[in-house]
Amino acid sequence: MNWTKKDLLEIKDLTKDEILLIIETAESFKEISLREIKKVPTLRGKTVITLFYEPSTRTRTSFEIAAKRLSADTINISASTSSFVKGETLKDTGKNLESMKPDVIIIRHSMPGAPHILAKILKSSIINAGDGAHEHPTQALLDLFTIKEKKGKIDGLKIVIIGDIMHSRVARSNIFALKQFDTEIICCGPATMIPPYVEKLGVTVEYNINKAVKDADVIMMLRIQKERGGISYIPSIREYAVLYGLKKAHLENAKKDVIVMHPGPINRGVEISDEVADGEYSVILDQVENGVAVRMAILYLLTGREQ
Amino acid sequence: MKKRVFLDKKAIDRTLTRITHEILEKNEGCEDLCLIGIRTRGVFLAKRIQEKIKKIEKKELPLGILDITMYRDDLFKIKLPVVKKTDISFDINNKIILLIDDVMHTGRTIRAAIDALMDLGRPQKIQLAVLVDRGNRELPIHPDYAGIFYAIETGEEILVKLKEIDGKDEVIIVGTQ
Repeated sequence: MNWTKKDLLEIKDLTKDEILLIIETAESFKEISLREIKKVPTLRGKTVITLFYEPSTRTRTSFEIAAKRLSADTINISASTSSFVKGETLKDTGKNLESMKPDVIIIRHSMPGAPHILAKILKSSIINAGDGAHEHPTQALLDLFTIKEKKGKIDGLKIVIIGDIMHSRVARSNIFALKQFDTEIICCGPATMIPPYVEKLGVTVEYNINKAVKDADVIMMLRIQKERGGISYIPSIREYAVLYGLKKAHLENAKKDVIVMHPGPINRGVEISDEVADGEYSVILDQVENGVAVRMAILYLLTGREQ
Repeated sequence: MKKRVFLDKKAIDRTLTRITHEILEKNEGCEDLCLIGIRTRGVFLAKRIQEKIKKIEKKELPLGILDITMYRDDLFKIKLPVVKKTDISFDINNKIILLIDDVMHTGRTIRAAIDALMDLGRPQKIQLAVLVDRGNRELPIHPDYAGIFYAIETGEEILVKLKEIDGKDEVIIVGTQ
């Protein structure tokens, strides 16, 4: 299995073998973060730029740490402190950055397809770190890595995704990734937050959270995407918390060894209660830890691809 | 393509026995000694040496696995290798590390392995044991223990096969002669 793609734009692009190669490579890179000297020389001399037009704590830090642990040089650009505020277009920003010869540009943008535009016009590898409500491929990959690590497999699992499915790029990327495996996927949330096309992706819809979590191996919680208008799809946050917030009692209907995931940031007391977020079934912080390994693997594969 | 068996199963075993005795002689036993096999075939040879030492010294030495991919100097010039796990669960500080590989050629793999070890700690010593030394060094690195030396001629290739992965123990030379 060889990696040939220049860019990582969406999970929909990836084959099952490519997903497994990323996970296998990430398993090997994970150990580096546990060392006293957390650095290997693998990407010495490579330059990685993160270009974020939307706020981020985890994803950007995770990419930067991943690049640095592989000895690449990293430069971070936030839209708020860049020439974007002076009216520069995405294409011009991309072209100008490319003149400084970066090997990889990691972009997060509120516009779906923004990474694809850069990928078409630039020679650098482009990684999509989230484009609007479209996809967030590295999140789905680290989620699959975490599921495989905790469950020992992906095939045969029942996975429930609960929350604002409509506006969630994490849900979309995860559905595309998990459908490559023999999984049962259930989407749960208020009817207004379940997109009409979702069943065509091969998932089942269940509006009642108690029924949805029954015998679940994995529960993935999502936050309400306030920045994409998610809040106007529900009568009130309080009602949402009552009907779709994950509480400890829900877990009794799930499998005994269920794991609870969340891409973060979590809104405590809304989609997830404290006792679940901090409880024994939560793997939320493992997801963050695994994110670094997965992003190291992706940087390695993209920069070393067959040309 | 001509094929010649250079070492058979028995010869490989005898060679490893000799190397094991040399290791114990040079280190005056196996105090502080830890074994690290270089993926892929070095790992199986390391396991065999570990067993032989156990028979002689009645002591099971720590055994680690090293994947040198991340430290290669030709990483982006060759077909990208799959990175496999490094698994060294013991502290290498102040230990005598015996690196074990199947074939020694340019010395570049060993350079990478030494760099990888240095990132994991500061061993007291690093020694190197290989089953076959095929000459043609490109770096000033030499094994402390070598099973056999065979200077490869143009068009020849020397292959180490081990039953754990290849189903059969033998060292063969394939090529024009």
